[in-house]
Amino acid sequence: MLSDRDRIFTNLYGEHDWTLKGARARGDWDGTADLIAKGREWLVEEVKSSGLRGRGGAGFPTGLKWSFMPKESDERPAYLVVNADEGEPGTCKDRDMMRWDPHKLVEGCLLACAAMGAGAAYIYVRGEFYNEARHLQHAIDEAYEAGLIGRNACGSGIDCDVFLHRGAGAYICGEETALIESLEGKKGQPRLKPPFPAMAGLYGCPTTVNNVETIAVAPTILRRGASWFSGFGRSNNTGTKVFCISGHVNRPCNVEEAMSIPMKELIEKHAGGVRGGWDNLKAVIPGGSSTPILPKSICDEVLMDFDALRDAQSGLGTAAVIVMDKSTDVVRAIARLARFYAHESCGQCTPCREGTGWMMRVMDRMASGRARVEEIDMLLDVSKEIEGHTICAHGDGSAWPIQGLIRHFRHEMEERILSYRSRAAAA
Amino acid sequence: MSGRAGSAESFAFTADNLKAAKAVVAKYPEGRQQSAVMPLLDLAQRQLGWTSPAVIEYVADFLDLPAIRVWEVVSFYTMYYREPVGRYRLHVCTTTPCWLRGSDDVVRVCKEKTGLDFGETDEKGLFTLLEVECLGACVNAPILQVNDDYYEDLDADRTAALLDALAEGRQPSHGTLAERLNSAPEGGKTTLLEADARC
Repeated sequence: MLSDRDRIFTNLYGEHDWTLKGARARGDWDGTADLIAKGREWLVEEVKSSGLRGRGGAGFPTGLKWSFMPKESDERPAYLVVNADEGEPGTCKDRDMMRWDPHKLVEGCLLACAAMGAGAAYIYVRGEFYNEARHLQHAIDEAYEAGLIGRNACGSGIDCDVFLHRGAGAYICGEETALIESLEGKKGQPRLKPPFPAMAGLYGCPTTVNNVETIAVAPTILRRGASWFSGFGRSNNTGTKVFCISGHVNRPCNVEEAMSIPMKELIEKHAGGVRGGWDNLKAVIPGGSSTPILPKSICDEVLMDFDALRDAQSGLGTAAVIVMDKSTDVVRAIARLARFYAHESCGQCTPCREGTGWMMRVMDRMASGRARVEEIDMLLDVSKEIEGHTICAHGDGSAWPIQGLIRHFRHEMEERILSYRSRAAAA
Repeated sequence: MSGRAGSAESFAFTADNLKAAKAVVAKYPEGRQQSAVMPLLDLAQRQLGWTSPAVIEYVADFLDLPAIRVWEVVSFYTMYYREPVGRYRLHVCTTTPCWLRGSDDVVRVCKEKTGLDFGETDEKGLFTLLEVECLGACVNAPILQVNDDYYEDLDADRTAALLDALAEGRQPSHGTLAERLNSAPEGGKTTLLEADARC
């Protein structure tokens, strides 16, 4: 188990002072100018060798992403945009970082800007997180007053502004190019790539979009060293991670653990175990709503990291573990997610706009059994026509939960249909 | 139709909000004032109580944008109320993580206590009941968001008590209603126990 000394988010539960005074006491803003003085290349290399992969779901190597930003400025400003539009069902880690450890994020913005030659960071916070945004804005104001950001930030010689921007209720704005559109004051509809944001992002300028957790862990990695961070987890899956454990566990919680911890250990050690005991487990969605559901037989052994969950035909996603015990109607649980994806489709691409609505209607019938057995294959086929055929990953995210359900719980869908038929015949 | 704090036919920022709006616009680069459209709509909605057509026209003028650009934004995002709403907006999350923890009970009690269905406002203008998608607080599910505040770890009784308090004009302090520390496990932490990790 990860030792407390190696935990980054030491105020995850909000027990201590979250303002600048408390943050400094926990080690934030310590020697920030010295880190910046080591230069852009050092900062990027250190993050690269730490093995940090993006914490927003896709798991792209962070240092590599930072290295895509232009080394020479062509007069255009460069931007860091922080994705705090947390809304993937099951996920609530960024919320705790913003309300209880906001200075880690603000300091991370400065260091990431220094690493990428960016002059300003915009933090896009989902609109519903009103109280979280207030804490974060307070931290930004404190950092300006203390000279930690703004002109000659921390006395480092670089200028770095940090701005908070609140969203207004749209899951799709968590997609990086939709987020940029929204930040420009438009509907949040994803852009075609290329051009990638590193070439033409916010206001057509070089931009990197990173998740809150990715940016908030950066200062600690840079202070304690890449090898400290890469000492946790398996190769290619390094570091510590904040997991969100929800659903049918005895004590749902957020917790920071080492990557690659076995799922069973994570749930039993920190969330009080599955309601009714491990043998009462039916299934787990391991990484937020988009990641395919896993039956107990896989959960018994699987490790919580990018590669292990990919090998299990699912994903680590945002590390939001949604637990379902044997009382769960898994068909209805996934049908509710289908409704979510239909509601949140931006409507731009036909396969997603039409397909998510179609899948929602079929899944609603599947949940009550009012369907034909052959329709299960049709549903699978349609999900594959949506997957990979849209501008952004919303189409994929809507298809995967249904594919996972059919892969592991087809028998339950069939039984539902047959039992509905026999009840209808009897009536 | 009229809002709580102004008429639907005309709208202008108060002096304080005008100052705040100018500070918002200054966050964005020269010529990029369109970026301020969402924060300004939020400011206006907080002033009037909802986002009326006059609000939309006013914000468009304020930012020198065609009104259609602002209409597009207002109709795309879910947090702009396009008709007058009650004093307490009850946003019930029913997405899977909340559903697994009993959001059906929260919905039932909200409907029983207020007599409303989703999307409705009562005649006194006290409550508006809304179904929302994932609020991003899933380890404290189920969640009911009242105006800006999250009420967490609800069940039928806690929801009923909360609604009774609101009906009396008292808004209890927000956060978890269970015996736990924010997102820490109920019954005690399993991490952050060592003295040197505390500050």
